[in-house]
Amino acid sequence: MIGGILAGIGTTIRTIYLIFMRVFRKRDTILYPEQKVNTPPRYRGRIVLTRDPDGEERCVACNLCAAACPVGCISLQKAETEDGRWYPEFFRINFSRCIFCGMCEEACPTNAIQLTPDFEMAEYNRQNLVYEKENLLIAGTGKYHEYNFYRVAGMAIAGKPKGAADNEAKPVDVKTLLP
Amino acid sequence: MSWLTPEVVTVIIAVVKAVVVLLVTVLVAAFLTWVERRTLALWQDRYGPNRVGPGGAFQIVADMLKMFFKEDWVPPFVDKLTFLLAPAIAMSALLIAFAVVPITPNWGVADLNIGLLFFLAMAGLAVYAVLFAGWSSNSKYALLGGLRSAAQTISYEVFMGISVMGVVAIAGSFNMRDIVEAQRGLWFIIPQFFGFVTFAVAGVAVAHRAPFDLPEAESELAAGYHTEYSGLKWGMFFVGEYVGVVLISAMLVTLFFGGWMGPGPAWLGFFWFAIKTAFFIMMFILIRAALPRPRYDQVMVAGWKFCLPLTLLNLLVTGAVVLWHANAAQV
Repeated sequence: MIGGILAGIGTTIRTIYLIFMRVFRKRDTILYPEQKVNTPPRYRGRIVLTRDPDGEERCVACNLCAAACPVGCISLQKAETEDGRWYPEFFRINFSRCIFCGMCEEACPTNAIQLTPDFEMAEYNRQNLVYEKENLLIAGTGKYHEYNFYRVAGMAIAGKPKGAADNEAKPVDVKTLLP
Repeated sequence: MSWLTPEVVTVIIAVVKAVVVLLVTVLVAAFLTWVERRTLALWQDRYGPNRVGPGGAFQIVADMLKMFFKEDWVPPFVDKLTFLLAPAIAMSALLIAFAVVPITPNWGVADLNIGLLFFLAMAGLAVYAVLFAGWSSNSKYALLGGLRSAAQTISYEVFMGISVMGVVAIAGSFNMRDIVEAQRGLWFIIPQFFGFVTFAVAGVAVAHRAPFDLPEAESELAAGYHTEYSGLKWGMFFVGEYVGVVLISAMLVTLFFGGWMGPGPAWLGFFWFAIKTAFFIMMFILIRAALPRPRYDQVMVAGWKFCLPLTLLNLLVTGAVVLWHANAAQV
């Protein structure tokens, strides 16, 4: 019993000593507004719409992102240019609903919608959290620099007929007898 | 200036001294809220409040402004009178006890010859704050907190009283000033080591500080006895807790560490008193940072089965030594 009491006193004093030695440790806190947070490249933050290497919009308005979105914060409307490219007439993300899950990025067949490491998007007015296409569209290619949907897909647009895409065979001419 | 007789001057000086002690104690207690958060953060590898003013020193002003503008809400189900009385007792009982603490040889509010008993009485009265708050709040967490506080304080004030009796036996007086004077040769921490240990433990328990903060154990009882309090009334409980910390630290210094005594000229007395008190306040914060809260029955066991026998044994041995010395002096 005496031994137990002494051991208890000993461990208590040792705990106090160890906690006191924490004075000389480096503090873990990041003083945020002065000291910026270094978020990793795959961090799921503010959503952007990217362009292909030629500077055209990647989004083909397929609506898969809006369908995949668990909170339904994406809405868009398909339109078509004269040369045959599809594009969203409007593209709207309500960031006051967005949960930054990244499902839209996974669903996107053209790598158009991407999440970025930026998270500083606080607003005083809730309406300002609804981002329109001009707020979402960036000038660059985002994470995938080479990818160009129309160059690898079989869809024909002006200046690129069927069969002209990378690794794409010529369309079969059904009117000839030759193999 | 005919009214300025020597008696009036004496009265005015005494009143000013008392008011200064009161103000300094309350201000130190309020300031401690910030000091505690900063030092706790230091021991937990974080920063704590460091935004308002230099190093966050004006945090207390911000906190007070917030508290003043909060709704001072009295829940409809409480017992009004006791509900309002409890925070007043919480803040004033320990503040009044500060009257008997001698700060320098000629500075102190009251020079009672039962000073130590007065302190114990006020520490006993302070329990009523927690009891009233727990009972009048009419809610389960507050009641459990009050219940625990009652049991804990009864257990710990028993041996708190006995633990200082060794000091009284050696000094031969209940007067705090005489007790400090009796330590001129040797501080009582040496002959009364076990008295010091048990008094420190009991002091932490009476001030409801971690690890003996079971009456307000936030992980199990919401906020314990002051769950139903808000605004300024809650603030009074909060400041009362820190007044308790300052008071127990000052008592430890006075009873066991020679009060104002220290090397150097006599006018350094206040400095020594302040330094020693600050050290014990820091120890209060350090043990809060370091030690986990024991289970309730463990608190009781430690009080009744360990500390009480230890204080009784200490008193027995001290009494024997004092009597032996007295007999030796006679022969």
